[in-house]
Amino acid sequence: MERYLSIEQAGMIFETRNGAFTALRDINLEIHKGEFVTLIGHSGCGKSTLLNLIAGLTDPTSGYLFLSGRQIAGPGPDRGVVFQNHSLLPWLTCFENIHLAVERVFAATESKAQLRERTARALDLVGLASASEKRPHEISGGMKQRVGIARALAMEPKVLLMDEPFGALDALTRARLQDELMRIVTATGSTVVMVTHDVDEAVLLADRVVMMTNGPAATIGEILSVDLPRPRERLAMASDPRYLAARKAVLEFLYQKQLKAA
Amino acid sequence: MTASITAAPAPLETSPEKPAASSVVPHTAAPTRNAAAEQAAANLRIAVRRRREIAARIAAPVLGLLVFLTIWFAVSQMGSIPGPAKTWEAAKIVFSDPFYKNGPNDQGIGWKIGGSLSRVGMGFGLAALVGIPLGFMIGRFLFMRNMAEPVISLLRPVSPLAWLPIGLLVFKGADPAAIWTIFISSIWPMVINTAVGVQRIPQDYLNVARVLNLSEWKVFSKILFPAVLPYMLTGVRLAIGVAWLVIVAAEMLTGGVGLGFWVWDEWNNLKVENIIIAIFVIGIIGLLLEYSLLLIAKRWQYD
Repeated sequence: MERYLSIEQAGMIFETRNGAFTALRDINLEIHKGEFVTLIGHSGCGKSTLLNLIAGLTDPTSGYLFLSGRQIAGPGPDRGVVFQNHSLLPWLTCFENIHLAVERVFAATESKAQLRERTARALDLVGLASASEKRPHEISGGMKQRVGIARALAMEPKVLLMDEPFGALDALTRARLQDELMRIVTATGSTVVMVTHDVDEAVLLADRVVMMTNGPAATIGEILSVDLPRPRERLAMASDPRYLAARKAVLEFLYQKQLKAA
Repeated sequence: MTASITAAPAPLETSPEKPAASSVVPHTAAPTRNAAAEQAAANLRIAVRRRREIAARIAAPVLGLLVFLTIWFAVSQMGSIPGPAKTWEAAKIVFSDPFYKNGPNDQGIGWKIGGSLSRVGMGFGLAALVGIPLGFMIGRFLFMRNMAEPVISLLRPVSPLAWLPIGLLVFKGADPAAIWTIFISSIWPMVINTAVGVQRIPQDYLNVARVLNLSEWKVFSKILFPAVLPYMLTGVRLAIGVAWLVIVAAEMLTGGVGLGFWVWDEWNNLKVENIIIAIFVIGIIGLLLEYSLLLIAKRWQYD
């Protein structure tokens, strides 16, 4: 498979008041087109920092990141980001929130009608066509997160970056959105990098689970390939030995090899 | 684990607009009749309680005003201050012809209010024109903030009327001097609140702007401006309040057609009931200004 997103020897040192703080070191990772990768690790292991590096929101202090052959320099609409707290603009309707992104990417090449059409399709994709004219405070947390996903996907990004997108949701809503995300990603063939702290989420969604060592100076500890056929049925997975083995491997990494005093 | 578990929540209570005991209860069979009666009773209880709440909410302010009138009446019995009745009679005369004009200094109450409001409008409008962009810049650029901070800290606590002589000196006229005084005293709340609003824009919104790589104009129109608007409107409301406080005092000193000079004029004429009328007019207009700006601010609240 072609090299799509590649991270080479990336490191991140923050300058703090108490001196330099090494958040990440020696990160090397190749992600293929259409692959779903989850990043998991204890809190403070720098997994969000790594995601921000890919997003271009922060620049690495060492190493390089490439996306389809070009070095990542600053954020751009070729990387759709879904933030943990949805980050919808409260003064815009769901439609307008997505349209803002659509406009940015496609206004140069498409007509106004086509832009609106794209926006409507993105809302439809996440099943929120009916909430189009609602403002974020009028819809539930799960719906907001879905609008956030729709906004990111509507830009047709090369990579979809998700920073604990379902972390703030209750367990039932989270499960439903995970199923929906799997359906959407299958339908769109998106490449996804998702930060999570949920073992089940990491294994269920991913083609590969990237496990990170504890910070400071965190790096990639292990990478687990999850060779489960898609579509994955949540209930069937619960008793699938391959799923359970993968889950156990991640748990062992987190709670034996990288045990962290709470 | 899947969607099927999350059933729609059962309705907790029927809406009060739909009394269940109405004649339109088709299709549903006998067992519901009892429930309908119970619900009607509950709705009635709710209605009674709500009516009591409304009565209490009206009664308290009315009582407060009555206490105020009583105290006013008692004070007036002691001599120099005219009581409510005498003031009311005087008010009827004042408001009977609000737009008369007998020369430059003797004009109806309507002109006086108009004069004061237009000075406030001018001074305040200029202050908004200068103060809000200034606030944006101070909020956005640290260097600007550090530059402006000592000057603002120094000038803000200055009593508004201290600026009046400067205005008279520079502008060589009573009206521009009053407007200048309004300008300089009402600009600070707008500068400061706008700057604070800009600084408090959640990083998330700015990250959205960065991720989408929006143009500077889009960042301003879709993110900065709407995010700062509530803070800005608070500043505007405070500024209007200050401006209205200051105009009366400024007009006392500068003269001309306006509520402030009217108060001073009637003091010289010893028509105290007109001073009291002026106080009420000033209070009511201040209240209306404040209230209308609150309404506008509410329109721009997002959650």
